[in-house]
Amino acid sequence: MPVQTVNGVQVWQRRDRVGAFKHWLGWLVGTLIFLGCWHIISEATTWAFVWDAPQQGGQLLSRMIPPRWSYLNQLWQPLWDTLNIATLGTILSVAIALPLSFLAARNTTPHPIARAIALVVIVTSRSVNSLIWALLLVAIIGPGVLAGVLSIALRSIGFLGKLFSEAIEEIDQLPVEAITATGASEFSILTYGIVPQVLPTFAGVSVFRWDVNIRESTVLGLVGAGGIGISLSASVNGLQWSQVSVIFIAIFAMVFLSEWVSATVRKSII
Amino acid sequence: MLRLESVTKRYPTGDMALRDIDLTVPQGQVMALIGPSGAGKSTLIRCINRLVEPTAGEIWLGDQEITRLSARSLRHMRRRIGMIFQEYALVERLTVMENVLSGQLGYVNFWQSWFRRFPQPIVDEAFRLLHRVGLPDFPDKRADALSGGQRQRVGIARALLQNPELLLVDEPTASLDPKTARQIMRLITELAHERGLAVIINIHDVPLAQQFAQRIVGLRAGEIVYDGPPDGLISEVLTDIYGEEDWSTAAEDDNAAATLPTAIEAR
Amino acid sequence: MTQASPSRRWSPPPLIRNPFQRWALILGAIVYLLLAISTLRIDVARIIQGLDRGSRMFAGFLQPDFVSRWTDIQAGILESLTMTVVATVIGVAISIPIGFGAARNVAPLPIYLFCRAWVALARTFQEVIIAILFVVMMGFGPLAGVLTLSFTTIGFLAKLLAEDIEEIDPSQVEAIRATGASWLQVMTYGVLPQVMPRLVGLTVYRFDINLRESAVVGLVGAGGIGSTLQTAFGRYEFDTAGAILLIIIGLVMVTEIASGVIRKQLQ
Repeated sequence: MPVQTVNGVQVWQRRDRVGAFKHWLGWLVGTLIFLGCWHIISEATTWAFVWDAPQQGGQLLSRMIPPRWSYLNQLWQPLWDTLNIATLGTILSVAIALPLSFLAARNTTPHPIARAIALVVIVTSRSVNSLIWALLLVAIIGPGVLAGVLSIALRSIGFLGKLFSEAIEEIDQLPVEAITATGASEFSILTYGIVPQVLPTFAGVSVFRWDVNIRESTVLGLVGAGGIGISLSASVNGLQWSQVSVIFIAIFAMVFLSEWVSATVRKSII
Repeated sequence: MLRLESVTKRYPTGDMALRDIDLTVPQGQVMALIGPSGAGKSTLIRCINRLVEPTAGEIWLGDQEITRLSARSLRHMRRRIGMIFQEYALVERLTVMENVLSGQLGYVNFWQSWFRRFPQPIVDEAFRLLHRVGLPDFPDKRADALSGGQRQRVGIARALLQNPELLLVDEPTASLDPKTARQIMRLITELAHERGLAVIINIHDVPLAQQFAQRIVGLRAGEIVYDGPPDGLISEVLTDIYGEEDWSTAAEDDNAAATLPTAIEAR
Repeated sequence: MTQASPSRRWSPPPLIRNPFQRWALILGAIVYLLLAISTLRIDVARIIQGLDRGSRMFAGFLQPDFVSRWTDIQAGILESLTMTVVATVIGVAISIPIGFGAARNVAPLPIYLFCRAWVALARTFQEVIIAILFVVMMGFGPLAGVLTLSFTTIGFLAKLLAEDIEEIDPSQVEAIRATGASWLQVMTYGVLPQVMPRLVGLTVYRFDINLRESAVVGLVGAGGIGSTLQTAFGRYEFDTAGAILLIIIGLVMVTEIASGVIRKQLQ
């Protein structure tokens, strides 16, 4: 107990002795782990470059300003591609995640084995970042927008599948029972009892993922999967920093707009 | 001891919460502040320790004027004013003892409070207070594990650990059952008498106010419409404060009286 | 259409009332889809050619080779883990003050705007873009990755922490302010206990995310297992790449399960 009687005086401490010891031990171990990790990072770092970084950063900034606005004319196509990668990728992943989520949800799955397979697909898709998917796909089907669309879709299936199936598992069972009681078929139970309940969540989650995908698709071009990332990669490699700043502003505007669209749509759904 | 001179509060929305309030509370007096919801009771007591900034007027505690104090002197002033809240306002995830000791935050420096190293005399006093309010046994329970009445006792101990001269009490019984409400009111008034504190209690429950306060002030739409002894609250006065209602049943039936102000509240 | 008619037609009400808006939206969507799909430029010959490589890749994944590059893989994993630990600690340490500053109910307006601007900046750009900038400034290596992950942690954690602070119970804060506590004491006694469980939960969750991202920032030279993966791909060692991917998936699954368990226990 944190309250002890010492020499007839009641003493209060936040923790008793064992608790305080564990508390400090926890902090000690945590600090040691952090310092150890920092040491490893530090060993792998060329500190001379780091001390140089403020100067490098300053130089970078001075080369970025003023932005070469005329470059914007060459950016419309890549921006259009980026939008398409995100949108088509999201649509494709919604189309796949929908049936998948009904297989993965405990209360709608036709068979435990189907559920296990669906869950494995979801977890695998989620664990691999879209950029890594793009790396794989570019190697297989060649660089281009298609690889971007597919990699966005492959990553989003897991995200959507997980949230969709969780939404299905959390539905109110009463309407489902009521529909079942009318003697409806399995399919009718699904469309009348379950789908209306989860549709708003599905729509909201999909729009949210589209917004995330816009952000993700800005970098897919770095590995050749289309979009504005290709221009970024080319400008960075060519040290065209005044073009890089134009690209940054374009990305900023695009992300800002997509966030606004997604927030507005989600608000109108709820 | 406490003196308000033409205190006015206008919220940014334009609502006049208080109009030209003049009020003096001498040392050792227990004063109840009654009135319908939105009459400005809460605003009035929050103006005194400047949790709400008054728009105009002067507030004197002893020989110090409160409304013009700098941030630092205001904190020093707040140490002299204890406050007890409607929904107890305990920090739910801290223990009972930590909640009581938080009454001393104005006296200790940041690191002392961060490491919970309060001076031993303060801890002694905290134990005494916990004992006095009837909670000697669980200083290490978390506040959210307590019942409503117990939480309010912790709230009282916290306010008293500040060693205040003035106690502001905001609807102490609003979320309590009638029996606990009486116990809490009795405790507050007893402690006030023991320590010679001036007390301002916001309260909805008129019979409770009459039973425990020495003086009643009725507030309506930001203005004082009654200031006098508890037995002066006759039907006409209540109508003046709360509006038209059949008050005769209230005087006869104690149960109805307990529920009556809540009925007014609900409107 | 007469009401008496026995067979009145019924169809479900459309989602968008205005028929013109509805059809414009549908038409717009179709036109957009056609335009978008037409930009895909599917090169069938290239895909067929790639299928061969794809099958080799797939074969590599089915027979992952953990052995021949094991020292590289081991170093990559270790680097990813250390990057995650350091970046999470630094990121959280910076996020806490920024999170408090970005909460409207506790921060004054100028500080609020400043912190919100930081959060917005840290959230706009994909971590890989930030990684590129850090690599350009600091040179290749894990430090650039650590800084990237710390930076993106701020955007995530400070925002969610600020939202949590904006939803706290204000009466507990008011009670602490009324004791005469300083601003820091109000934060540590009134606010911190209320947001602590969520702060810990978010930290664990962010650790999980940082580990995932540490595999990606390596693709642009910011250290970690991503660099190892990039190298394996560059050398067309698909069996090694498969092994690395399996390890990443395994690690991510383990941390996700662990973080889920920890977060569930906190609630």
